[in-house]
Amino acid sequence: MGTLVEEILSRKAGREVRAGEIALVDVDYMMTHDNTTPLAIEAWKRIGKPILDKDRIVVHFDHAYPPPNVAAAAAQKGIVDFLKKQEIFNFYRQGICHQVMIEEGFVTPGRVIVGGDSHTNTYGALGALAVGFGSTDIGVAWATGKTWLKVPQTISIRLKGATQKGVYAKDVMLHIVGSIGMNGATYKSMEFSGPYIDSLAMHDRIVFSNISTEAGAKCGLIAADDVTSDFLENHTYAKGPWEKTRPVDPQYEREVEIDVSSLSPQVACHPSVDNVKPIGEIAGLPIDEVFIGGCTNGRYEDLEIAASILKGRRVNRFTRTIITPASQKIFDKAMESGLTKIFHEAGCFTTATGCGACIGRHGGVLAPGERSFTTMNRNFIGRMGSPEAEIYLGSPAAAAATALEGKITDPRTIRSQHV
Amino acid sequence: MSRVWKFGDDVNTDEIIPARHNITVVPEELARHAFCEVRPRFAEEVQPGDILVAGSNFGCGSSREHAPIAIKASGVACVVARSYARIFFRNAINIGLRVVECAQADELGDGHDARVDLASGRIMNRTTGKQFLADPMPPFVLKIVEAGGIVNFLKDHDIEELQ
Repeated sequence: MGTLVEEILSRKAGREVRAGEIALVDVDYMMTHDNTTPLAIEAWKRIGKPILDKDRIVVHFDHAYPPPNVAAAAAQKGIVDFLKKQEIFNFYRQGICHQVMIEEGFVTPGRVIVGGDSHTNTYGALGALAVGFGSTDIGVAWATGKTWLKVPQTISIRLKGATQKGVYAKDVMLHIVGSIGMNGATYKSMEFSGPYIDSLAMHDRIVFSNISTEAGAKCGLIAADDVTSDFLENHTYAKGPWEKTRPVDPQYEREVEIDVSSLSPQVACHPSVDNVKPIGEIAGLPIDEVFIGGCTNGRYEDLEIAASILKGRRVNRFTRTIITPASQKIFDKAMESGLTKIFHEAGCFTTATGCGACIGRHGGVLAPGERSFTTMNRNFIGRMGSPEAEIYLGSPAAAAATALEGKITDPRTIRSQHV
Repeated sequence: MSRVWKFGDDVNTDEIIPARHNITVVPEELARHAFCEVRPRFAEEVQPGDILVAGSNFGCGSSREHAPIAIKASGVACVVARSYARIFFRNAINIGLRVVECAQADELGDGHDARVDLASGRIMNRTTGKQFLADPMPPFVLKIVEAGGIVNFLKDHDIEELQ
């Protein structure tokens, strides 16, 4: 009897828990990457207890991989030495941690997953309770298999209607963050539901859970349904059966209902993710770099939309346009289906998979005075390199249209099969 | 006396300690750079037992634990804020920094003399004579904080003992 997060945690805790209570629960998987693993190792060492179950630890290299400098290489070597010594074999170097977690089948409905990355919320799209943590929490879970969680209040976000052509899940979610603000869901669970969510494929649902972090949310959940089980069976290595937990007579802290049918493409403008405007208000602003990728919008379907706009055209010669598939599996598919060829013929540059550009580490760092338009989820000052650069966030379609024109462009003005 | 150091809303982790000082994880070194840009004299003048007071969303931004470590190592006895960013709040508890939420945090002004009783949640402003209540810490959380953080707690206890 409760919201989706209360239902999942009640099953996990073996007793009914309600918002405001603290529950000690078993953790199914503990995820870290090259950036957050070293401090988790330190915390675990200080606890001084053996690793409870090495099969529940998953480590990815994605934030600066392959290592672009000696410091990153040394840090990664230290992690590899630790993994070898502890015989931890869930170790991946094949793309952005969140995408690979899903592809490899670690994420299934009802599981509790803690991650040393703030966008661990992403897995909520598959009905898993996934929360971003600091490194000490991860070290604790390595040693004990458990974590403490305060059961959050829930904001219900019910979405209805259908988006117009050229308007995508990203536009809807940016509109939500713009409406409730970057502190609007702090501590809370955002529970997305309604006919619009029901109609979405998994790659679009993921956008909502992923960006819930930017509203301060503890988790962004979508109840598992047939779309979830079909996706798990056909696109991941997950093994069923799944628990399709759903809210039961939930008491929400707040209920928001939005009809998505009147929305236009949206842009989160410099310098904060809740500074959201319809693209028409900002169109024409010159852009130096377009980056299509990240854990928000680097999936195959995102690349397909971008390619449909770029096909047979050339990007602006002075706009550096970077395409980064979220995983090697996506990269393979993009090569096999000819998407990478379309990108390259359009004058784009395709990089290896990873988080480099999104955190200003490598593969798309911004110079002072440069302005980027990207499909990622965060536009903090200095995020992609120079603190004197500006970052604008939008959909893959808007990013591709912007690359063609060299200035922020409404994708609906470019003829394409997808828009 | 416990001096109040007053901050506003949305103090982010980079204001608590800029990323360029996060290379070390030695607490005392981190404390030397606490608030170095927004309150340059803080690190030099803060006394053990002082109280940090802030508005809403304190600690927003990065999940790096350097920020609460820097505050704790500077000797601050307790942080009182209207609200915290989620990961910062958790990290603070886990490393043993006392953080309480209080809707009346604004009643404490910069330089005031104040006392916080964590068990009862009673906050006494000795400068104005006013008393008010913070949200009490759940016993679960208090156990972690009193042990000096979750790592210390787990050295002597099993995690099940938290319940």
